[in-house]
Amino acid sequence: MVNKHYITRLSLLLGIGLMAGGALAQQGDPARGQAAAATCTACHQADGSGMNVPNGESWPRLAGLSADYIAKQLHDFQAGRRQNATMVTFANMLDDQQIADVAAYYSQLPVTPAQAGEEFDAALLARGQQLAERGDWNAYIVSCQSCHGPGGTGVGSTFPGIASQHAGYLSAQLTAWKNEKRSNDPQNLMGAIAKRMSDNDIQAVSVWYATQADSQAQETAQ
Amino acid sequence: MITCRRTLVIALSGCSLAFGVVYAATVVAQPEERPDAALNMLVHEPPTMEDLEHSDLHPELKKVIRYGHDLFTNTQQLRGENVFNDMNCSSCHLGEGRVPFSAPVWAAAITLPDFRGKNQHVNSLEERIAGCFAYSMNGVPPEYGSDEMLALSAYHQWLATGAPVYPDKPIYGRGFPAPDEPAEAPSYARGQAAYQENCSICHQEDGSGHYENGEYVFPAPWGDGSNNWGAGIARVGTMAGFIYQNMPLGQPRSLSSQDAWDIAYFISSQERPQDPRFTGDVAETAERFHGRSLYGQTRESDGHVLGDHDNYGEKGDLKPWNVGMPRFENLSDEQQ
Repeated sequence: MVNKHYITRLSLLLGIGLMAGGALAQQGDPARGQAAAATCTACHQADGSGMNVPNGESWPRLAGLSADYIAKQLHDFQAGRRQNATMVTFANMLDDQQIADVAAYYSQLPVTPAQAGEEFDAALLARGQQLAERGDWNAYIVSCQSCHGPGGTGVGSTFPGIASQHAGYLSAQLTAWKNEKRSNDPQNLMGAIAKRMSDNDIQAVSVWYATQADSQAQETAQ
Repeated sequence: MITCRRTLVIALSGCSLAFGVVYAATVVAQPEERPDAALNMLVHEPPTMEDLEHSDLHPELKKVIRYGHDLFTNTQQLRGENVFNDMNCSSCHLGEGRVPFSAPVWAAAITLPDFRGKNQHVNSLEERIAGCFAYSMNGVPPEYGSDEMLALSAYHQWLATGAPVYPDKPIYGRGFPAPDEPAEAPSYARGQAAYQENCSICHQEDGSGHYENGEYVFPAPWGDGSNNWGAGIARVGTMAGFIYQNMPLGQPRSLSSQDAWDIAYFISSQERPQDPRFTGDVAETAERFHGRSLYGQTRESDGHVLGDHDNYGEKGDLKPWNVGMPRFENLSDEQQ
């Protein structure tokens, strides 16, 4: 009887949680997440900083990203909504609770600096800043910050922070959207823009954001 | 040859996902390739901020135009002084006021002064901008001739560089052209569902828009953070045009005409700050000023009479000085 009540209450709570935050409302515990994240650190590093790998597959910074965003990506890898041969293996090692825990763990780590690689000049950086802050409406490319927020630090759990993210990762993702290899964004909001970006545009914004510190994180740290 | 071009335009225009291509094809193409010759419209490609830096304009003028651009895209810097909601000029005039079908603002610079039905007299560019402050920004305009007004006017006029004043052809991409009449009359319930599906991820389920760490990101389509009842976009057809031509961001003309009208009807059925022209009587205000908005009408879902309140939003009792200001009262009609 007690058990039955407990289960009813639990499912009610879960139901409310799901209604409040979509399908990803499971409460994560950062401490449990740290333990579960042991399997992630080989690539994403103990501090969640990831790594820029020129001419290879770069590993994204996870530190300081929205927990709900991380959790959604892991669920999407599991369900095949986002494709990556490495990540599907690791995502499948996690159950729903572990996903919530890992996401909570990485979200509360301080944002780490990113690497932009070596090959870029001032003109590329200037083009990146233009696209980031104002877009290029002649090509109907809206500014990055119109969704990712001022400074590219992310908006809510839908639009991830892209400032201080590795250039190799950003360019790989934009290229994937452009070539329809990635499509797990809501309403094709990223895909539609990425398709209008040239390879040079993609390089430019990737380098720009990789060289931008996360201003929000800095303010918090001070 | 002309027939061929016309066909090309129609084919492109009918392609819902190719707006960027249409824009590039019509505005960026070389003059002899432009299909506007066939359409007999004025197509103008406004300069970009990069063009400004490379231009021969006086350095002091460049500074003022840059300030105008900054005010246009970050109008929130005038919050509490001239702006009393969560909007920027560029919230509605996308792409820094340059983009066709998003009410590009250079059009005002080449067509004003002109008679304006809204206030029944001839308006200057400054007066037109002042109107935006009073209604769309739910605010109080900067004074005529002030630094802010001059900077904004300079930005508008500079965007019109090279376009003929008082053109004798219609302007390509002017305003927010409404989509075709929908097959079914706009519906609140369908609009609500379509809004939640297509718009709420950015503009929120309650229409409050989104601020991240205190900074503007997504504007509020209704409520105190939005334009007041007197704004042009409070009209259902104007909102339908804005949505159809521009939303979701980056995907113009991706929604059906029916969806655009339904969503516009739903948004237009929500409350917003009172019209500064409010006479104290909703029915009278509706009769005088609201032929094309839902102001004064009874919302079917709950019986609420739209606009029946004295909430002026954040500006409270402040009155925009430009509203109701008379002009040219002593000119005679004899020369007509």
